[in-house]
Amino acid sequence: MFQRTFNKIYDTDIGYSFFNSKIAIISSTIFFIIFLCSFFAGIVAPYNPFDPASVSLMDAFTPPIWSDGGSSNFFLGTDQQGRDMFSTMIYGSRISLIVGFASIFFAMILGVFLGVTAGYIGGRYEIIVMRITDIQLTIPTILMALLVDGIARAIISRSMHDEMAIYVLIFAIGISEWPQFARVTRASTLVEKNKEYVSASRIIGLSNIIIMFKHILPNILRPILVIATIGLALAIITESTLSFLGVGVPPTTPSLGTLIRFGNNFLFSGEWWITFFPAIFLVVLALSINLLGDWMRDALNPKLKKR
Amino acid sequence: MSLLEINNLNISYKTRKETIVASSNVNFTLERGEILGIVGESGSGKSTIANAIINLIDPPGKITGGTIKIDNSELQNNEEIIQQIRGKKIGFVFQDPQTSLNPLFKIKDQLIETIQTHLNLSHDEALKKSITLLEEVGIENATKRIEDYPHQFSGGMRQRVVIALAISCEPDLIIADEPTTALDVSIQYQILELLKELTKKRNLGVIIITHDMGVIAETTNKVIVMRHGLIVEQGKTKDLLTNPKSSEARSLVISVPPTNKKIKRFKIISPDGLEITSSSANLTKNIIKTWGVRKNTNQKLLELKNITKIFDDQSISYRKKIDENTVKAVNNVSFKLFEGETLGLVGESGSGKSTIAKIITGLVRPSFGELEYNGLSLYNFRRKYQIEKIRGQIQMIFQDPYSSLNPRFKVRDIIAEPIKFFQKSITRKNLEQNVNDLIDIVGMTRKSLDRYPHEFSGGQRQRISIARALATRPRLLICDEPTSALDVSIQAQILNLLKDIQDELHLTMLFISHDLPVIRQMCDRTTVLKNGMVCETNDTEKIFINPEHSYTKELLKLMPKIESII
Repeated sequence: MFQRTFNKIYDTDIGYSFFNSKIAIISSTIFFIIFLCSFFAGIVAPYNPFDPASVSLMDAFTPPIWSDGGSSNFFLGTDQQGRDMFSTMIYGSRISLIVGFASIFFAMILGVFLGVTAGYIGGRYEIIVMRITDIQLTIPTILMALLVDGIARAIISRSMHDEMAIYVLIFAIGISEWPQFARVTRASTLVEKNKEYVSASRIIGLSNIIIMFKHILPNILRPILVIATIGLALAIITESTLSFLGVGVPPTTPSLGTLIRFGNNFLFSGEWWITFFPAIFLVVLALSINLLGDWMRDALNPKLKKR
Repeated sequence: MSLLEINNLNISYKTRKETIVASSNVNFTLERGEILGIVGESGSGKSTIANAIINLIDPPGKITGGTIKIDNSELQNNEEIIQQIRGKKIGFVFQDPQTSLNPLFKIKDQLIETIQTHLNLSHDEALKKSITLLEEVGIENATKRIEDYPHQFSGGMRQRVVIALAISCEPDLIIADEPTTALDVSIQYQILELLKELTKKRNLGVIIITHDMGVIAETTNKVIVMRHGLIVEQGKTKDLLTNPKSSEARSLVISVPPTNKKIKRFKIISPDGLEITSSSANLTKNIIKTWGVRKNTNQKLLELKNITKIFDDQSISYRKKIDENTVKAVNNVSFKLFEGETLGLVGESGSGKSTIAKIITGLVRPSFGELEYNGLSLYNFRRKYQIEKIRGQIQMIFQDPYSSLNPRFKVRDIIAEPIKFFQKSITRKNLEQNVNDLIDIVGMTRKSLDRYPHEFSGGQRQRISIARALATRPRLLICDEPTSALDVSIQAQILNLLKDIQDELHLTMLFISHDLPVIRQMCDRTTVLKNGMVCETNDTEKIFINPEHSYTKELLKLMPKIESII
């Protein structure tokens, strides 16, 4: 049964390309391991770093297991509060992935909607949407996020701020990523719009909404998928950058970026592991997603297909 | 010694799943001063052979055996000789003159570069030679025009430049791969005459690859018929066309629409030699039951009154007068369409045929004029479009079967969607029944309903298109070049199908084509268009036997006729 399903997948062009690309297999394996670890953080992680009962200040600054003074209880050592590094990283990557996925999803919905409608409807609406896109693209992601964060701080009361921080972050990253989606979607829509199956639907009398989202959208999903994958890595890095700068998620629920920031303070006093491991973890995570996106771009593009 | 000698040529394409044999055991020779035609349906390996001769086969394709000799020197696997010979001894004319010239270089530079690569000439000499070449292929004012870029030439002119490039190094052999397929009839005629003239004057050997039997009849001396990579028959053009021996050749010759008489139905012979006598007569019973009985009233169904279309008309303010330089895609076109008849719209590219179809279906708004359907004014001087009121009554079949079906929809959904749109409350059982009836009458199996469009050939997709068009129960069917992307034998099947459906379901048809023989077989009346204007409208037979307008006369004179040789 399993064999048959596998053969079926292997038989498709995309499946064949996947199983014949070492990079795709390795990077997707790494990504899925990280993804599953963070999804089942409660089971995988040896400690719950957010549970004050399991944390003891006595264990603070324990180095990794293989160096002098390392403890077999803490594989990768502990941080300044005595939290197990390995556990905090897994819980931290969970925050990073949640923010990454949610913000890309938000950016995708917004960008694809504006892109399809702009491409299909055209006229003045298209000009307005695309100029907004252009303006948005001139503002750097970090600046945009800082701006959103600043506004949010002004509006939301201090006590609420920590709770809302993650949503503010998702909104901030999403709002600066959508123009990519809007541009690609519009360009693909312009191509599809002139195909005869769209004319046929119009002659039948189908409404514009149905033509745009039932007929055109499924045909332009490929480039959107590629952008979403590469955008996911970018969103995770942006989240880490913002957390590193202190405008991201609050220290009580640290993401990978927050962990790097904490560790950075101790880097020169010898406790290198507190910043080193989260940084490596972030690089591996972002790289695996990026390589996966790269492979996907080649595999889904018939023009680049290897002969 | 022959100019070109091909012995036991085998070419195959190895893909992941299978090895496709593109040509096997191909043998032929070509002498100087001879024009050889290679015909066959798409995928029969015509172009592969041409590419093999100049060693331009794309990987994973590979020559697996056989020899190609030019003037007795072996070409295969000899990169050095190929480099020398390609371009110098062999000239190549591609199908699409739009893409075979580099748009960034002047004609001059492209010619001089080619000449200097192969002939030992100085820049000035090469320039002089280029000008003579352009004059030879019939470009007027060559000294001035040589400074132009490719986009400044029209399609036919560009193909002349390509031919000038091909003969620039005084080759012995010219290979022309569908050299006139992208061109209009009158330009096709000129290009073919030019090729014939050059063959005689320069004593060249020419290979013309085409799917148009008319072109074969009018230009070639010898012809090769191919199928599935095999040569199924070769011989003198006249013998082969008048008395084809193999069933493949017979199937090709017999499906060509005759230009000199109207026949009731196309005879279709499958390549295996059996005659196909499919008819949809019995299958339409169910459709007629659901549609209700229709009768031909012969009343006026559609009328266009002085329809004019100016693209980019939003920029024209209505107070301002339209000056005479404004390009009108459709200019003052009027015609009537009566219920039950087929009206042909014929004209060359740019004559506004497709724009008229788009105006009638509501895809494009006319700039001026009136459009009346069944007594209802769809568009008039008040500039109000009311096409919504008759949605579904007018349907269209498109030219390109590869883009007219949504690749993400199953055939079942493609056909069911319009039915559901017009009958929101239809039960699942009735819907199923309707879809089955439709797929039956277009001659496809019900199994095909669960597949996606890319699993079908061009002809089958066109059948699916027809089923979709019929799903809204239309009264007027607009066919925009429905068979121009198909092989002749498939074209014959589709045209038969359209005739059957029209007879059974009493449809009115507007049949758009640039192919005069097809128009003659399909249409009761014909309108001839030129540059957006109507030249004449008359009964088809009258137009073909006794044309009034000078443009119609010219078109009829220039169209390639397969009968010319018989």
